[in-house]
Amino acid sequence: MPSDPLVAQHVLEFPGGYTRSTGPVVGRFLTELRERRIVGVRTSEGGVLVPPLEYDPATGEPVTGEYVEVGPAGTVTTWTWVEEPLDTHPVDVPFAWALIALDGADTALVHAVVPEHPKAMRTGMRVRPVWREQPTGHITDIRHFAPEVTKIVSPVRAEYRLRAGGSLAVFLAGVERGVLLGGRCERCAKVYVPYRTFCPECGGPIPDTLELPDTGTITTFAINNLPDPRAPEVPFVSAYILLDGADLPMIALVAGVPAHEVRQGMRVRAVWVPESERTASMANIRWFAPTGEPDVELS
Amino acid sequence: MREVAIVAFAQTRHTDHDTGLSEPELILPVINEVKERTGLTRFGFTCSGSCDYLAGAPFSFVSALDALAAWPPISESHVEMDAAWALYEAWVRLQHGDIDSALVYGFGKTSLGDLRTIMTLQLDPYYLAPLGLDQLSYAGLQAAALGAERAELDEIVRRSRADGRANPYALDLPDPEGDGLVAPPITDGAAAVVLAAGDLATRLTSTPAYIRGLAHRIEPHYLGMRDLARSASAADAARAAGVGKGPVEVAELHAQFAHEEIILREALELTGDTLINPSGGPLAANPVMATGLIRVGEAARRILDGRNHRTVAHAAGGPCLQHNLVTVLEG
Repeated sequence: MPSDPLVAQHVLEFPGGYTRSTGPVVGRFLTELRERRIVGVRTSEGGVLVPPLEYDPATGEPVTGEYVEVGPAGTVTTWTWVEEPLDTHPVDVPFAWALIALDGADTALVHAVVPEHPKAMRTGMRVRPVWREQPTGHITDIRHFAPEVTKIVSPVRAEYRLRAGGSLAVFLAGVERGVLLGGRCERCAKVYVPYRTFCPECGGPIPDTLELPDTGTITTFAINNLPDPRAPEVPFVSAYILLDGADLPMIALVAGVPAHEVRQGMRVRAVWVPESERTASMANIRWFAPTGEPDVELS
Repeated sequence: MREVAIVAFAQTRHTDHDTGLSEPELILPVINEVKERTGLTRFGFTCSGSCDYLAGAPFSFVSALDALAAWPPISESHVEMDAAWALYEAWVRLQHGDIDSALVYGFGKTSLGDLRTIMTLQLDPYYLAPLGLDQLSYAGLQAAALGAERAELDEIVRRSRADGRANPYALDLPDPEGDGLVAPPITDGAAAVVLAAGDLATRLTSTPAYIRGLAHRIEPHYLGMRDLARSASAADAARAAGVGKGPVEVAELHAQFAHEEIILREALELTGDTLINPSGGPLAANPVMATGLIRVGEAARRILDGRNHRTVAHAAGGPCLQHNLVTVLEG
């Protein structure tokens, strides 16, 4: 209540609600609604009015006594979004008011549509009524309309147990010490990192490991807008980094620089976790960060 | 058809808040102003437009009679519609030929309640009102059906409010911000018009604004049974009133939302040569139930002042421009 003594609250209300006769046509519609059916009435011109009226608004002629079941599905022809529903609105979540052309009707019904997401709301979308649990013969027996099912979500999950052995175990043992191990092909002299025991290009053996520096150059990169548990934030950058002395790049995260400033030829250095936290895992390298050196011209 | 002219128009300096004036107190100054302008103290007929739901009190138009000096008894009527329809009734009454003058007035205080949901009470009680469909919601549906460009809508609001700031009777409103539907402002106000027939018109003013055409048309109430992107009833009323029989210098349109102006310009077939709502229109002051009459008054004032020769006024009622009245005025 306002505290100003010259201001008073005034309420206009019909206690218990105002009783209205429905008449035969509106009454039939509401009675069918109570049975969870939506009906229209046929006009003398042959059209179907939904919701039914006693007279055809187009001609002024009385409608026929023929009731036609329509819907329950329909198509949204016009809609407007309500971000903040009023207490008097049919639902208490953001929704759309819509004109819905129910299947078999020649006019559109005004009602609420609750899509899964505001961006899913479309003219032309197919919707179906969501009914109140205990219909009473009222336009709000339809709680609201909801989109027809056009997709489902299928969970997919399988568990595996992986063991790092062979050349990968050698590489990770280096990472545990804070060293990136690669190897030079005896036959073609290409340097690969991570370390591998044979050259994928010429097939030559790579008997020995070669320590590579943790600095390199970005050759190409992608800005990612979906979150990843390893990345510090969204958007984040994943990049191909050509370590100094290597002939092929390795993939890693880039951080410490706004995503839009990352560029090809940028010089970067690995950011390692503190020594006490190191394990035989690539998690030892948080990401690569710019060194501040001038960019490198890529060949 | 008897020639009938508007010979005087007055309106309050509208406010965006409740000043605490009672309705008779709000009306009295404008009634007195048109009485002084015309020198008339009694009228052959009096008709008003108002809506009890605005104040939430029954028969508020009866207490409004206190502002009229209704003794000895006067011949009086009322419409629960915008007072532009009271003007229509008075015009019809003057056609009977036995009286020569009529007083028309309208008033509304939208500051007292929540206009957005009070407007729900005008809707069909079976299919629409129980959904709680409110003023902004049904206007939003019509805006969506039209699908006008945001920039065009913003420009209408910007122009209306700029014109309103130059109009001492309208509200002082800033340019619109944001990208939502711009609602007409909450407004308290009143307006009055005097109609005179035959020789009386030229005896009262040298520049009467003659009503050359006056017609109203209505279309189905239910929104799903009309094409909301156009106003067939406004177009019919405009044809019946003869809007197109000559150039329209000024059109005062009862467009409470920017998209309504676009729909009405098309319905009335107005061209770029017509000045739209130089008063600022309803987007600059919207004393509901007087807003339509003010359109007629503003269009008449252009002729009474000698500034224009042929103007058009439009008034609307019901959701989404359901009911439209068009007046053609000539000097």
